[in-house]
Amino acid sequence: MLIPGVEIPQLCTQCHDYPCIEVCPVEALTIDTKTPAVLVDREKCTSCGLCVEACPGQIPYLHPEDRKAVICDLCGGDPKCVKACQDARFNVLTIIRQMWSTNTRKLFARTPEDLTADVAVNLFGEKAEELI
Amino acid sequence: MPRGYAGKFLEVNLSSEKISDTTFDEEILRQYIGGRGLAAKILWDRLGKKWESVDPLGPKNIFLALTGPLTAIHPGARICASGKSPQSNGIIGSTTSGEFPSELKFAGYDGVIVSGKASSPVYILVTDGKGEIRDAEKLWGMEGFDIIKGINTEVRNELGKRAPKVGKWREPGIIYIGPAGETKGRTAAVMQKISHAAGYGGYGAVMGSKNLKAIVAKGTGPMPDVASPMAVKLLWNEMDKHNIGREGMRHAGTGYGGYEVGARASAEPVRNWQEEWHDEKSFGGDRFDLRYWTKRYWSDFNCASSCMKLAVVKTGPWKGAITDNPDYELQAYLGPNLGIYDPGECIYLSSVIDYLGLSGINGPNVLAFAAELYQRGILTKEDLGMELKWGDVKAFEALARKMCSREGIGDILAEGVYRAALKISEIKGVDVTPFAVHVKGVEIGAHGTRSGLDMRPIGYACSVQAGDHTSAVYDAYSDMRSVFTDSAVVCSFTVNRELIWDFYRAVTGWDTTQEQWNTILGHRITHIQRAALLLGGPDIKWDPEEDDDNPPRYYEPLPSGPQKGLTTDKKVVEEMKNQYYAAIGWDERGIPKSDVLKKLGLKDVDRAIAKLRK
Repeated sequence: MLIPGVEIPQLCTQCHDYPCIEVCPVEALTIDTKTPAVLVDREKCTSCGLCVEACPGQIPYLHPEDRKAVICDLCGGDPKCVKACQDARFNVLTIIRQMWSTNTRKLFARTPEDLTADVAVNLFGEKAEELI
Repeated sequence: MPRGYAGKFLEVNLSSEKISDTTFDEEILRQYIGGRGLAAKILWDRLGKKWESVDPLGPKNIFLALTGPLTAIHPGARICASGKSPQSNGIIGSTTSGEFPSELKFAGYDGVIVSGKASSPVYILVTDGKGEIRDAEKLWGMEGFDIIKGINTEVRNELGKRAPKVGKWREPGIIYIGPAGETKGRTAAVMQKISHAAGYGGYGAVMGSKNLKAIVAKGTGPMPDVASPMAVKLLWNEMDKHNIGREGMRHAGTGYGGYEVGARASAEPVRNWQEEWHDEKSFGGDRFDLRYWTKRYWSDFNCASSCMKLAVVKTGPWKGAITDNPDYELQAYLGPNLGIYDPGECIYLSSVIDYLGLSGINGPNVLAFAAELYQRGILTKEDLGMELKWGDVKAFEALARKMCSREGIGDILAEGVYRAALKISEIKGVDVTPFAVHVKGVEIGAHGTRSGLDMRPIGYACSVQAGDHTSAVYDAYSDMRSVFTDSAVVCSFTVNRELIWDFYRAVTGWDTTQEQWNTILGHRITHIQRAALLLGGPDIKWDPEEDDDNPPRYYEPLPSGPQKGLTTDKKVVEEMKNQYYAAIGWDERGIPKSDVLKKLGLKDVDRAIAKLRK
């Protein structure tokens, strides 16, 4: 939580050009056949961390125990986070299946700081600029 | 009386201040429905014989604000503004959404037909079964929010006085013009709410030429009866499900297009269409969405689509600007097309254009045209009274205001891009018409033809509504869909294609089929519009052999982006044009064939355009 009251969920947007997959030296990352999600082959992953750096957002991280890359796999097409959010009636996360094109998804691949700043200005107006 | 209609139209002659009710035969309504179709019929019947001599901005022109049988019953209520267009000199049906059409129906009217010219500024107030002309001197010169506030206060007070014990009146439905329309700028829109515009056609100028500031409606009656209430109820639920199910549209409207159409399809105007591609992520929909949209779900009466978003700039130099969305067209025309890639700046300019009552497509097209002439050194700082560099928000705002006050160069630019180009060519002795991006006087919507990924090559060239992107043509069959939505007067975004005809039959009780519409009824309307367009006059006449074409810019190769080098193929355009002519029943020069017109029962149209045939 960078600014109190402006908690922003950080989710993988499945960029159409997949910078994480591009950069992986051992081809441990692949695209799911059912969804655009990125899958990690934990056998192949060498824990180099290049995908973490390549991401325009802040999605991949190395698991604290085995240091293997972790990226959202959309739970095979039925994301549990969305279900939890809907079940709790927060209705913050919804699945939108029709966006105009893949280019648009990439727009959301931004850092938490960047996203928080935008939403904070929307909510707090000029006060937000002091807080950021 | 046919179902779905309130039953009568309000006829107002502003010259003689005579107000009456008028009706149309059921057969005419069945054939022309309402909105654009009925407008074509009314205009042709009343002005057809002297069409070429009628000045669109003179008292002889008629201003129409018409609904249709589906208006306010089907989701997405709109009002169709029409008349002889000061842009194309033909007939254009231009629609805008809001509560005015519903209120009109509640008041017992299907439309307002305004002729003549008032001697001083007036507005028309429509209440239950009654219309009146009221003084609008105080409203003249006002912009956007002030007009709405002024009319709301006055009308609510007045209605409160007339019926003292019924409680506070809710706000009425209003269509109005801003300063752009008052000064008869040909790119002026008929406005509704703060940011909704019937932009194409220049009907704001027609209202202005009649000294008509606004039409206000407040009714307390019920909606018109429908033929099969149970069927309508079921279908209405289905339509709602359809609209609620479109998550993308509900979530973002067309507000992600400003980046999307440029980056993906290379079909967005960039610096007066010099390019059609950009990859400026700073202009992405998410930047509008997260930072500026303060109200995500906003829609008009009876619509579950909620493609509108309220945008407010809360910080920085453009603080305080409030507008809708902006939707894709305004994002494009007030963004990349002016060299602007900052959402805050785009929202600010959109609000200025809206408050001034300029059409958000046609007005900014002219601004960009002027900026390109400045870039090329044809218009100088002295001509413009300022520098006009790409991306300079203040300068574009100043120029837009000049267009509305008719000051200096603004007087020329207010005439729309085509007429301005002719005038500037004459003054400067350089042919600047290749830089004017229009088809038959109507500035083109923000969908280019060059990359082949968006608009079809003849989309604008053969359309009877010229540069109107919502009425682009294809095969003379499926493009009758837009003639239908404009005539039944519903929003084309909300229509479920599989159910719309069932809905229409359930409301009206008529047995009209889609087949009949697409082959006969729709064609009849299109042919009247075509005849009016070709007759034109008095200042401009279109030659189909030359003017059924894209602007020269659309034949220049795209200079950048993944589709670099692509352009509209002239040969393909010619080929598609000939196919279209054959399919719709026009001869090889694009003039409606005599036997086709006779078959459609349009003998008077045939007689009127006989002289156009060689």
